[in-house]
Amino acid sequence: MSEQKDRYGLSHRFIKGITGSSIWKSVFRHGYANTDKNRALQITSNFFLHVHPIRLKKHAFRIRFTWCLGGITFFVFIVEFVTGILLMFYYRPVVEFAYMDIKSLMIDIPFGAILRNMHRWGAHLMVITVIFHMLRVFLTGSYKPPREFNWVIGVLLLINTLLLSFSGYLLPWDQLAYGGISIGTNMARAVPFLGHEGPFAVVDKYHDVRFVLLGGTEVGPVALLRFYVLHVILLPMVVLILAGVHFWRIRKDNISGPL
Amino acid sequence: MENDNKVVEKGKSATDKEFVWPDLVFKELLASVGVVVLLVVWSLLVDAPLRPEADPAWTENPAKAPWYFLGLQEMLVYFDPWLAGVVVPGLIVAGLIFIPYLDINNPISGEYRLGKRKMATLLFLFGFIMWFVLIFVGAFLRGPSWYFYWPWESWAVVKHSNEVLWSFHWLAGVVFLGLFFIGGTFLSIVIGKGFVQRLGRTRSLIIIFLALSMFFIPVKIALRLLFNVKYVLRTPFFNI
Ligand code: HEM
Repeated sequence: MSEQKDRYGLSHRFIKGITGSSIWKSVFRHGYANTDKNRALQITSNFFLHVHPIRLKKHAFRIRFTWCLGGITFFVFIVEFVTGILLMFYYRPVVEFAYMDIKSLMIDIPFGAILRNMHRWGAHLMVITVIFHMLRVFLTGSYKPPREFNWVIGVLLLINTLLLSFSGYLLPWDQLAYGGISIGTNMARAVPFLGHEGPFAVVDKYHDVRFVLLGGTEVGPVALLRFYVLHVILLPMVVLILAGVHFWRIRKDNISGPL
Repeated sequence: MENDNKVVEKGKSATDKEFVWPDLVFKELLASVGVVVLLVVWSLLVDAPLRPEADPAWTENPAKAPWYFLGLQEMLVYFDPWLAGVVVPGLIVAGLIFIPYLDINNPISGEYRLGKRKMATLLFLFGFIMWFVLIFVGAFLRGPSWYFYWPWESWAVVKHSNEVLWSFHWLAGVVFLGLFFIGGTFLSIVIGKGFVQRLGRTRSLIIIFLALSMFFIPVKIALRLLFNVKYVLRTPFFNI
């Protein structure tokens, strides 16, 4: 007994005291010694890690296979989620306030500028990484059976990522936003049948798809509110649900690999 | 654990597998830290743009869409809005969604073996690169009123266009488009020897149509830049 004590010393007993306590054990349910059982439990008993399988084929660990791009896209999405929630404390989606709120974020509010910058640049980064994730999935042929439908879900994620970024573009209500969104939504005038300037138009400018999108014939207060609701609730929810399905299917089919 | 047992049951050995903890989780952690560092440094160095407040009575010149849509905006130079803004993006999305159901040529998956998938790779990369080239032009080479400005040219110098555009006679247009799409289809079938048999008739025709539509974009751009052609086909209802 006394021999043991001398070998490990005070710090060891201190750590043992904590990790042996009933509080600790209620949170972490297994030991950390390097056994196969613990390495499995580390994944399965952790909510955040259990999207992973316990074990994977060796090639799946190679960074130069996936370039981590899907994971990075999701991580950037989480960064956008967190910074976006913080921005919501300061931003009001009304024409009278929107611009001033962004301006004061950039000038007055502590850490406001870095908050907004991270959200803005993160949005660009997410668009870039999702496009290159698609490129890697194409180049490795990972959409081949049985993963065809997960590619389709991926395309929907790509579109939603673009729309998420696009809807956020209007919110600062500056000239850049106004010009960009006007140009973008003008395209909706030209939709065949359903746009008032499109070929075979069957609707006038008060009933076409652009009117539905903007809540008016011009980019104005209603459009600002519509884009805001799309940007902070609807589109993020769609992305979360689609990403959940995307990940679930990867688990079921396993990551692709050489036959 | 259950999953692993299933794999073994199917007759594959589990010995070529590795534990995810900690190796993969650690790499993911490193990637996340890398992303955070990148974003923080980027955000400290460069402020997100904030121009004067929006004023419906005054529009920017040029007003540019967000960069990822600039390829479509750039196409407005060469196509009417219903094509550049609706049909082209629609075909891109449809084409992307169809890829797994069209490319059934061989089952190679999970590794970079492009040499075995030459046709698929060439077509995809053609579209991918064209998308970014158009974005590049729209982002860096377009100035006021969407005129072409080299990066070293000042936007203060106002440009005027003295090109006179003309359009094909409608009959010539029908013949041209017919030759391009129908002739192109026959040509692809002849050149691409056995691929109709391998992929089936429907699949082959969809692939050929999507590919020809994609190639039509640079063709129209060339017609416009070299011969000042405005429309290939004029009708009372729409122009191409
Ligand atoms: C918000 C967007 C997206 C997120 C968060 C996401 C996330 C992921 C993640 C984490 C993986 C695991 C492997 C990896 O990291 O590469 C993955 C795999 C996959 N992704 Fe995505 N993805 C997105 C968009 C897309 C898009 C646009 C496509 C294709 C059009 C796509 C198709 C696939 C396919 C087919 C796989 C399976 C790959 C394999 O088994 O090798 N995903 N995705």
